[in-house]
Amino acid sequence: MSLLKEPDFGTPARPGEATVTVTVDGVGVAVPPGTSVMRAAKEAGLDIPKLCATDSLEAFGSCRLCVVEIDGVRGTPASCTTPVADGMVVRTQNERLGRLRRGVMELYISDHPLDCLTCSANGDCELQDMAGVTGLREVRYGSGVEAGANHLDAPTDTSNPYFDFEASKCIACSRCVRACDEVQGTLALTIEGRGFDSKVAAGAGVSFFESDCVSCGACVQACPTATLQEKSVIELGMPTRSVVTTCAYCGVGCSFKAELRGDELVRMVPYKNGGANEGHSCVKGRFAFGYASHPDRVLEPMVRDTTADEWRTVSWDEAIGFTARRLREIQAEHGQGSIGAITSSRTTNEEVYAVQKMVRAVFGNNNVDTCARVCHSPTGYGLKQTFGESAGTQDFKSVEEADVILVIGANPTDGHPVFASRMKKRLRQGAKLIVADPRRIDLVRSPHIEAAHHLQLAPGTNVAIINAIAHVVVTEDLVDREFVAERCEDFEAWESFIAQPEHSPEAVAGITGVPAEEIRAAARLYATGGNAAIYYGLGVTEHSQGSTMVMGMANLAMATGNIGRRGVGVNPLRGQNNVQGSCDMGSFPHELPGYRHVSDDGVREVYEQLWGTPLLNEPGLRIPNMFDAAIDGSFKALFVQGEDIAQSDPNTQHVFAALGALDLLVVQDLFVNETAKFAHVLLPGTSFLEKDGTFTNAERRINRVRPVMAPKTGKQEWQIVCEIAQQMGYPMHYDSASQIMDEIALTTPTFMGVSFDKLDTVGSVQWPCNLEHPDGTPIMHSDEFTRGKGRFMETVYVPTSERSTRKFPLILTTGRILSQYNVGAQTRRTANVAWHPEDVLELHPHDAEVRGIEDGDAVALSSRVGRTALRAKLSDRMPVGVCYTTFHHPVSGANVVTTDNSDWATNCPEYKVTAVQVDLLTQPTATTAEREPVVAR
Amino acid sequence: MSGTVPPYVRLANEIAVQFAHRQPADAATAIANHMKAAWDPRMKKALIAHVEAGAEDLDPAAALAARQLAAT
Repeated sequence: MSLLKEPDFGTPARPGEATVTVTVDGVGVAVPPGTSVMRAAKEAGLDIPKLCATDSLEAFGSCRLCVVEIDGVRGTPASCTTPVADGMVVRTQNERLGRLRRGVMELYISDHPLDCLTCSANGDCELQDMAGVTGLREVRYGSGVEAGANHLDAPTDTSNPYFDFEASKCIACSRCVRACDEVQGTLALTIEGRGFDSKVAAGAGVSFFESDCVSCGACVQACPTATLQEKSVIELGMPTRSVVTTCAYCGVGCSFKAELRGDELVRMVPYKNGGANEGHSCVKGRFAFGYASHPDRVLEPMVRDTTADEWRTVSWDEAIGFTARRLREIQAEHGQGSIGAITSSRTTNEEVYAVQKMVRAVFGNNNVDTCARVCHSPTGYGLKQTFGESAGTQDFKSVEEADVILVIGANPTDGHPVFASRMKKRLRQGAKLIVADPRRIDLVRSPHIEAAHHLQLAPGTNVAIINAIAHVVVTEDLVDREFVAERCEDFEAWESFIAQPEHSPEAVAGITGVPAEEIRAAARLYATGGNAAIYYGLGVTEHSQGSTMVMGMANLAMATGNIGRRGVGVNPLRGQNNVQGSCDMGSFPHELPGYRHVSDDGVREVYEQLWGTPLLNEPGLRIPNMFDAAIDGSFKALFVQGEDIAQSDPNTQHVFAALGALDLLVVQDLFVNETAKFAHVLLPGTSFLEKDGTFTNAERRINRVRPVMAPKTGKQEWQIVCEIAQQMGYPMHYDSASQIMDEIALTTPTFMGVSFDKLDTVGSVQWPCNLEHPDGTPIMHSDEFTRGKGRFMETVYVPTSERSTRKFPLILTTGRILSQYNVGAQTRRTANVAWHPEDVLELHPHDAEVRGIEDGDAVALSSRVGRTALRAKLSDRMPVGVCYTTFHHPVSGANVVTTDNSDWATNCPEYKVTAVQVDLLTQPTATTAEREPVVAR
Repeated sequence: MSGTVPPYVRLANEIAVQFAHRQPADAATAIANHMKAAWDPRMKKALIAHVEAGAEDLDPAAALAARQLAAT
């Protein structure tokens, strides 16, 4: 057995120095004040029997199995709920305690099915373990029916696609309920009834699937028996080995134990030592991994001469040879700059590095861009301008010390659920919340959480709002002048700018739709409420002023001194698992790895010497520029790594035209995605379970991605890239992904101290990791900013040119939902479709009524660039005049209607503002007719 | 909107409007610097050619920026 079982200390660790010394069974141990006796015993190497305790949850004291004797204390207190005291002497084992524990176990077993040999948790059941540990040999009351009233006929709830609730095995320890409350923060579960009638319930009279449960798996993980059990374990059996790796979904980058039987993945269990998630998970990472073995996976290379031809399955040699030959032919005919590549945030740092190297050293140009272009490129620009580094400032754990949390344009409970749970925990402890979002996202009001202020601004007015908040800070003398004087520059000019009356809350109230007093109150809270932290998402970046807004938030943090320590900062919540990493690795057409401009002779020289070839000193094409150049005929071939640009990029018609104009489109992906419909070569990619490399999450944490199984395609993706390079005449070769990371470390100052060996030793590090910071940098800009002084930037509000008109009177904004992930290529191939079988258009009841639209009606959604059809869902989450949809399903194609508008500095598309009209469809269109519920596989 | 003006003109105008609050010469320098740092050579070349051809659809500050680019 190599199943990795982390130690369970019974109760959570307490912060502080180990100043309290106790003696447990003769063993002395020092622990921080507030530590439980149970945990102290475990620290001393002694296990106290337990059932209702686990170290992810606060002590509950219900099972009475952990009783101990303490000198000078009467009776037998529960060790989980008893805190240590200096000099305390504890006994955990003697005849009296053994008798008490056996008595407890007798009661449990008398009402428990004795089917251990056929139980799905056999070998992984704490009740079974405790029966052994306590030496239970008989149950005087009998068991099952003979013991009298029991719960053995309690029904099993199989409604959840991923786990069953077998109530007959429940011991009512409340661990599941507490996990839902304390860890996940959804509070979906409860104990219904009293005494003998107590039972776990997911809401009032509804099944798990129908309840508020978000299927994060915390309850399943906390359950000590088989009551809450993964269906995969029930079907396949208990796993026998585990590999610690990193999730391939969002930018939180959770660590998981991939648990297998042989080469078959049975389940993903969140890893307690994972720095990003510390043992928590969401429905995607925990359960939605089935796409990796889905029959739709393409496992062999395919080639065709034209897109009208059928695909031909070919050998790797032929596919790579064809690709290399065509790329060189096209360059010979159309010039060195006529080809390029797009890297993916779903691939590893090493895979991305290899692609950008191929472009720069082999293609001989800088036409490489990454999908961060369409999400967080403004973050890179804005934070580099102001702080000097294109990355968020904090680790996730920092939120535990925040007193005020400002969430702007992000929906963490759906997009970044594991971080949202951390955030909600802090909010339940009393931190204040400000939400700036056109939608009333769940965080605004959810169990035990209510935002102090919801600034429900009109889409496209972010900069006006952030300027108004800063205006209040400056004009009401809330500036941290000591911090500003010591740490920043260009403040005076900015102060004069922001103090102008046009930025006052009163002046912008008409523009933003947010009452001036609400803005003022929020500003005062942010500036004076203690540690204030900003968390933001694509609702900030995907605007015509995305970069300006990022700089506006940086200005605000600097002006109030909320930067450079725990509990504060400016924190992008990255969309995909390796957005940060793909940007770090030199995927932008103007930057070499480590965000160093291609015009920097010194930096270029490092790579020129190592790679043995001259590099261009001018930027290449960005993704939208590639599309434009393809249409104008100067860009003829594109290599797309793991990204479905035909579905994800705006103005679908324009993207289709560009892709259709290419002489060669090479797609490296798991599936024949929408983009592959325009492709000439399909190079099968590897899933995260097959990759060997690293991902870098939103907190700059570099995590190992370990191969759980051999590549189903026979090759790692970086190997394929190297072979194309070789066929193109450039000697590009690595023996392993580890060697690629060594080259990254050799050439990139912020990665200097990173290696696979180091990561395997310490778990993970947050860059910069170098001689100055050998253990990484959880909090950036502590003593000085990366650029020296933090720079204030003037952020003039310029309204977007995308305005509602008589023809298109509504504003559409787009986003994500919890159960689905981006274009859905992964999650649509899992049972997650049970929660979201199709994209719907959320429409305010007033806007619906005037159009004669009712909930569930098919509607046409049209903008100046396109038209699609969806089903309407009436919702007052948005104000009148604003509608909302997601973009997870290609059949509805939300990006058919989004436009070419983009952030002025980075060309990140303005997904969040599109003027649209919505009409009732009386006849089903081809689109709606096709849109039957997707069968879960 | 795509199709009505060349993309480099649309992009140049989008950049220019962000600097409209500055003095024209100052704005032009900022725009030119941004283009130098972020634009592919063929886009800069096309913009310069567009300016030389008249460029009535181009923001004046962007046109000035293109002339600065042409001079470097």
